[in-house]
Amino acid sequence: MGAPWRDGAEGRALRERLGIQLQETQLADKLTVVETLSLFRSFYRRSHTVDEVLALVELEEKRGARVSSLSGGQKQRLAVACALVSKPELLFLDEPTTGLDPQSRRQLWEIIRRFKHAGGTVLLTTHYMEEAERLCDRVAIMDHGKVIALGTPRDLIASLGADQIVEFALSDGTTPAGLEALPGVKRVRPGPDRIALTVAEVHRAVPALLGLVERRGVELSLLTTHHATLEDVFVALTGRQLRDD
Amino acid sequence: MTEHPLFQLTLARMREFYREPEAIFWVFGFPIVLAFALGLAFRNAGPGELKVGVAAGSGDSALAATLDASPRLGAVVLDSAAARLRLRTGRIALLVVPGDPVVYRYDSTRTESRLARLEVDDALQRASGRPDVVSVRDERVAAPGSRYIDFLIPGLLGMNLLGSGIWGVGFSVVQARQKKLLKRFMATPMRRSHYLLGFILSRLVFLFLEVVALVGFGRVMFGVGVRGSMLTLAGIAILGALSFAGLGLLVASRARTIEGVSGLMNLVMLPMWILSGTFFSYARFPDAMIPFVKALPLTALNDALRAVMIDGTALTGLGAPLAIVTAWGVVSFAVALKIFRWR
Repeated sequence: MGAPWRDGAEGRALRERLGIQLQETQLADKLTVVETLSLFRSFYRRSHTVDEVLALVELEEKRGARVSSLSGGQKQRLAVACALVSKPELLFLDEPTTGLDPQSRRQLWEIIRRFKHAGGTVLLTTHYMEEAERLCDRVAIMDHGKVIALGTPRDLIASLGADQIVEFALSDGTTPAGLEALPGVKRVRPGPDRIALTVAEVHRAVPALLGLVERRGVELSLLTTHHATLEDVFVALTGRQLRDD
Repeated sequence: MTEHPLFQLTLARMREFYREPEAIFWVFGFPIVLAFALGLAFRNAGPGELKVGVAAGSGDSALAATLDASPRLGAVVLDSAAARLRLRTGRIALLVVPGDPVVYRYDSTRTESRLARLEVDDALQRASGRPDVVSVRDERVAAPGSRYIDFLIPGLLGMNLLGSGIWGVGFSVVQARQKKLLKRFMATPMRRSHYLLGFILSRLVFLFLEVVALVGFGRVMFGVGVRGSMLTLAGIAILGALSFAGLGLLVASRARTIEGVSGLMNLVMLPMWILSGTFFSYARFPDAMIPFVKALPLTALNDALRAVMIDGTALTGLGAPLAIVTAWGVVSFAVALKIFRWR
């Protein structure tokens, strides 16, 4: 859509095709849900009816309620409804689930998935790696304004070269030497309260780790393993956890 | 039609306004309360009985009796400390000190005191045998149109149009900017001119109610009539409201916070409340200031409103003030559009 992004006819034609939800926008408190949607709807030549878009975001029972009386999740769904009302081709969502409870977050994911399945394109920014992993076909990881990785969630996770993460901590809080040499361990990442190992073969790495710990004569205070996630990719790439940022 | 963005924007503005109880009070209630209070305080009963004091001394009670006999004076005998206090606090307008000569002690800058001086002197001289040299006859005028309330109602109407234009437009623009709602609107194909016009159109609807409320109140409560045509009055009010909505947009065109815009609003409105002849005639200001005062939009609007309501002037006779009001509106709107901060 390489058209100019300004006021005037081309800018308007471009914005006809977009739906945008901005994180910092607070909709007018004194208007009701229906009034807010009718207002946004009036700006577009082509649009859903208010009832259609209310059904899309499941806000039908709040149609007559003032915006000020909505919960955080309902407000966020209304903001998304304002973005969807124009039947956009491209939907921009700016941290749509920040600060929401898990129930509301899942509701929003469902709305986004339905829009995607109907053929729409979504550009989503989020701090929740789980959200990106579940919703996105392509993920760009940004650090200090630069894209530092780009690909499908699966590719990005595969780029770690291992698919399991083993996290452990010792009761005396020390980091044993020789972890890199353990079979199947690709990478060691000491953290403030635990040590994370990126591991290719968990069935070989864990017994070797237990053996190492036993030889040192200390006890484990924590041991967990999980499949590598986007979060592990993010942390591996940015080292954010260590930088305390 | 109801799906037109301008209609929807205007409707949204109106809803946001009438769902704000404070706004309703300041626009409709406050001017009426003010008119009522000032109407009572300055009702045409005249100054009534003027209170004067007579300082204690020889012949004080005879002097007090002489003054008290005048229907326009009420006299009390006071010792010197009490007299000084009452004179200073304005509870007596003048103090008479008996003796030869009789001394009148009063503040010559107070209208009431000067009036008391004339009345007291008149009563004393007559009682001492001064004849009236010229024969005279009083003709009292109390026709509607010459009272303070007749002067006040058009002034309040002008002040109200200014206030609701600036408050009504300014606060909601800045609030929308602060809540990033403006930025959100900018991401839609909404036309900027529609957004600004929505404010102005919603003002016109409320304007009608404001004028009816205040003029109706003046009529019912104090018998303040409109001598000229109602249509002309409506036309002037519409022009004023449009112009002040433009001024409101200008005031709110850059401010990012409510605190910031409040300061600007006061800066614009306070001088006009005082200078523009709302509560008293601007003719009281020094001559050098008058051309400046007359160039203010509220002065021009007040002049036009008074001309229609009190003198019954026709629209054709109001070219100069209406041109000033229009010019302010057009220039403000144009500048506002130019410098408006849309995010």
